[in-house]
Amino acid sequence: MNVRVNGTLLGIALLLVVGLIAPLLVYPTFMMKVWCFALFACAFNLLLGYTGLLSFGHAAFLSVGGYLAGHACKAWGFTPELGILLGTCAGGAVGYVFGWLAIRRSGIYFAMITLALSQMIYFVWLQAPFTGGEDGLQGVPRGRAFGLIDLDNIYAMYYFVFAVFMAGFLLIYRTIHSPFGQVLKSIRENEPRAISLGYDVDRFKVLAFTLSAALSGTAGATKTLVFQLASLSDAHWHMSGEVVLMTLLGGLGTVFGPVVGALLVITLQNQLPQGVGAWVPVIMGSIFVVCVTAFRRGIVGELQALFRR
Amino acid sequence: MAELLGITPQALFGQLLVGLINGSFYAILSLGLAIIFGLLNIINFTHGAQYMMGAFIAWIGFYKLGEWVGNPDLVVNYWWSLLLAPLAVGAFGILIEKTLLKRLYHLDHLYGLLLTFGIALICEGLFRTWFGISGLRYDVPAQLTGGQNLGFMFMPNYRAWVVVASLAVCFVTWFVIERTKLGSYLRAGTENPRLLQAFGINVPLMITLTYGYGVALAAFAGVLAAPIFQVNPLMGSNLIIVVFAVVVIGGMGSIAGAIVTGVGLGLIEGVVKSGVIATVIDKATSGSPIVAQAIYPVKLLFQPEASAVIIFVVMVIVLLVRPAGLFGREK
Repeated sequence: MNVRVNGTLLGIALLLVVGLIAPLLVYPTFMMKVWCFALFACAFNLLLGYTGLLSFGHAAFLSVGGYLAGHACKAWGFTPELGILLGTCAGGAVGYVFGWLAIRRSGIYFAMITLALSQMIYFVWLQAPFTGGEDGLQGVPRGRAFGLIDLDNIYAMYYFVFAVFMAGFLLIYRTIHSPFGQVLKSIRENEPRAISLGYDVDRFKVLAFTLSAALSGTAGATKTLVFQLASLSDAHWHMSGEVVLMTLLGGLGTVFGPVVGALLVITLQNQLPQGVGAWVPVIMGSIFVVCVTAFRRGIVGELQALFRR
Repeated sequence: MAELLGITPQALFGQLLVGLINGSFYAILSLGLAIIFGLLNIINFTHGAQYMMGAFIAWIGFYKLGEWVGNPDLVVNYWWSLLLAPLAVGAFGILIEKTLLKRLYHLDHLYGLLLTFGIALICEGLFRTWFGISGLRYDVPAQLTGGQNLGFMFMPNYRAWVVVASLAVCFVTWFVIERTKLGSYLRAGTENPRLLQAFGINVPLMITLTYGYGVALAAFAGVLAAPIFQVNPLMGSNLIIVVFAVVVIGGMGSIAGAIVTGVGLGLIEGVVKSGVIATVIDKATSGSPIVAQAIYPVKLLFQPEASAVIIFVVMVIVLLVRPAGLFGREK
């Protein structure tokens, strides 16, 4: 037990070091994208990996955070941190409603319901007057964080994004090690037993769903500020599939798995040479097939199993 | 009467016909999903891709195959496609079941969903790299061109054929499952596969063939759809999400329920798209602006533009009122 806790702390320290020196080694915008998706995947993992609920509609929350933060910063002059806060709250609010609806069914139905609901959000963004339809919401200003730090400086922006990611990551880490997190895990392992122990399982599920959606909103809002764009592709069901892939590839129900998975998937998408780009869905689909049939613990899960032996 | 509603009867019946056609496709696809789910406990995310492949096989057979094999006279016509495409896609499905899906039966159902999602991405991606994403035209077969004037509307022959053919296939499937010996094995396998196996039925073979048949249904729908919608690699994925909502609304417990729900929702979509409800609301509230204001959000749902989401809205309502689905059973 002691070894494992130390391993986790070591991992967090490593994450911090990597985060701090990364912009000196790689293109900062690329790393910012990685952190946004890592936060998104961690938030998703809280739901699938720790509560055992497969949402196939998490793109909805990413896009709700993204579009609302983008619109607030562009049209209402919100500062970036307020924009992110708004994106988080909006993601959480939509998540609460979706979760409340979707927990009426379990298992496969749950996945299908979340997928259908998120498709509804997709059509809302396609039709709503302020979103720019197919072009997306463009020209979102990065602004000054807290009115002081000019985020048009790429390094300032980078460390701002990294701070947002770390805050979200530590919140998730704290949540899964709290009594609340233990209840979530018990629901994942054996729902009828959790009910018989007197836990109001539905309430815990909705809470976990809301928290996960809120942090996905954070990720979406941050991503909008990074690229100064909220696009329709964030709301597409492909995005919901991508976040499942990141989490699965890195390791379901592991603390660092989603971060590793996000890094790999984003690297794959960005670094493939020209012309091979069209093959991305094929490659992603193949990774899915391999992960599901032969590699269900994911990279971090396999490593943990290796060290525990 | 239709004149009073502010739209022409031609427009209204035209949209109803489109709704009926969409509904037939929803019915065939949700029927296939329900059969597969019953026996395999897997939601087949590849269903949309297999529908798309059915359409593409028909297109390739008609326009490309002769060129590819160096014999321009070789043309697989529509009627042969209607037979061969389901067989080919069904065989592909059996291959998937034999090599991949069967490894997952002892696991959580969710892995089946993820695996078939991955396969759908691969199929879609491959067709995209080969054929691009622009729609390809497939001509209506010569026997079914033209149409009938029914007095209140013009009925293209091909569209009538699509509705008749798909409902006939749905009916035959329902009949086989609910009324024959073979179907009784299938239903028994859905309830308790181990007991059925103990009676000497080859359950693994039955599972494989069931998956093949469900997938073949999707391909059949794809061939029917080819002359109506343009053939393109993404035609299946957008449809399959709607079909998932149809399945949630109907519940997967009943074959007849899947068919009725599919057709019904297609019709609802058509009615909303015709704009007739929005017009009625306008007329009814034209006297009092306050009521019109209050009811505005409701009216928004019935705008023709909202027809894309109306099925999802129905799903939400059903979840609130009857979570197990209209024809489902709570386990």
